[in-house]
Formats: sequence, C-alpha cells, structure tokens
Amino acid sequence: MRVAVQEAPFDLGAEAAAFAAGARGAGAVVTFTGLVRDNGGRLAAMEIEHYPGMTEKAIASIVDEAVRRWALTDALVIHRHGRLGADEPIMMVATAAPHRADAFAAAEFLMDYLKSRAPFWKKEIGADGAEWVAAKATDEAALGRW
Amino acid sequence: MIDVLYFAWVRERIGVPRERVETRAETVADLVAELCAREDRYQAAFADRQSLRVALDQELSSFDAPLAGVREVAFFPPMTGG
Repeated sequence: MRVAVQEAPFDLGAEAAAFAAGARGAGAVVTFTGLVRDNGGRLAAMEIEHYPGMTEKAIASIVDEAVRRWALTDALVIHRHGRLGADEPIMMVATAAPHRADAFAAAEFLMDYLKSRAPFWKKEIGADGAEWVAAKATDEAALGRW
Repeated sequence: MIDVLYFAWVRERIGVPRERVETRAETVADLVAELCAREDRYQAAFADRQSLRVALDQELSSFDAPLAGVREVAFFPPMTGG
C-alpha cells in the first residue's frame, strides 16, 4: 500500500505499469485518474490546499478501511496539491485484487471517501476571479452507499 | 496554549494560517466564542457553523468536543478532494 501527497506531477503510465508489475497474486488491477476540468475553457488554474500531516493520515485510514472490506492485494493513492493547470492529472487511485469486482468496488470506495474525508480544498482560478469549490451534497450522500 | 490552524476560506477570512492561542475554553464551541469576541474577522469566519468542520489533533471531531489534552485545533470548510 502506498500513499503519496505531493506537489510534483506524476507519470500516470509509469505509475500504473509499476503498480501492475508489483501486483503479484492479483488477477485484476483497476486505476482511476482525476483531471483538472477546464470548465469550458474558463479555468486558468486550480489551487489545491491541504493539511500536511492530517491529509496523509486520513488517506492511510481510508486505505486501511478498503483493505478491511475487500480482498485487495495492493492499493495506491497519489494526490497532488499546489497550483495545477487545466487537464493536468490531480490524483490517481489503483487497486489490485484476485478478482475484478473487489478491485472496482474498492477503487470507487476510495474515490468517494477521498472526495469528502481527505483534507484537500480546491480553488478555481478563472479569468474573472477565484472561487473555492463548494462541497456537493451528492458527494456526502455517496458515502451512504458504503 | 493551543495551536489553532485555518484552511481555505476560513484562513482567508481570518488572515493567518495558524496561531497560538491562550485559552481556558473547555470545548471547541467555547473556543469559537472566545475568538469571535476578539475581532470581527473571526465572526466573519465562524458565522455559519454548519459550513465548517473541525479537527482535533488531526482527527475529524465536532464543536461540542472537549479540548482537554488537545494540542492542535483546525477549522476548515467541507473537504473537496479527489
């Protein structure tokens, strides 16, 4: 299991390949990547703030919970902070399991919890000002299905 | 003394990312009341309690939680990761 909270970009292909290569005993690997939406070309940049220390701990405990619930052989979470441009990868999740149902479900669980239980805050910088992204009620409601 | 941290728009309204606070507050809510009594910028940040979250020593908590033994309190809006 690996959790990385970093400002630097990551190489999606290299990370996915290394994760799959190390996933011994697994029959399924699922990866998800989140990108910065350009809001129809209006977004100049996105700033992601985090809570150093708590962020890493919160993600690690979300990963621990996923490992308790599904038969995972490995899991990876990379989440960036700082200033990102449109279309840049923000974060990725990878899960490995003997069968695909566990890998898919755990990846969705990780995504749902990362959205509203990992201390990150997004600010969209546009041509006509900056605005903090508001949490959505649907994101909170999504936790209810687990 | 207790370390108080602010993030996102809470940090912007209060004007500092963190500060050390001398307090005898027994709960998070007491601490918020003390801060709000100090200056308007705290009232601006804490006006809508529903839209705020609190963490005690880096664990999510609640406004009625006791502060005994706590070293670090953080206030922030609902998280928007992922």
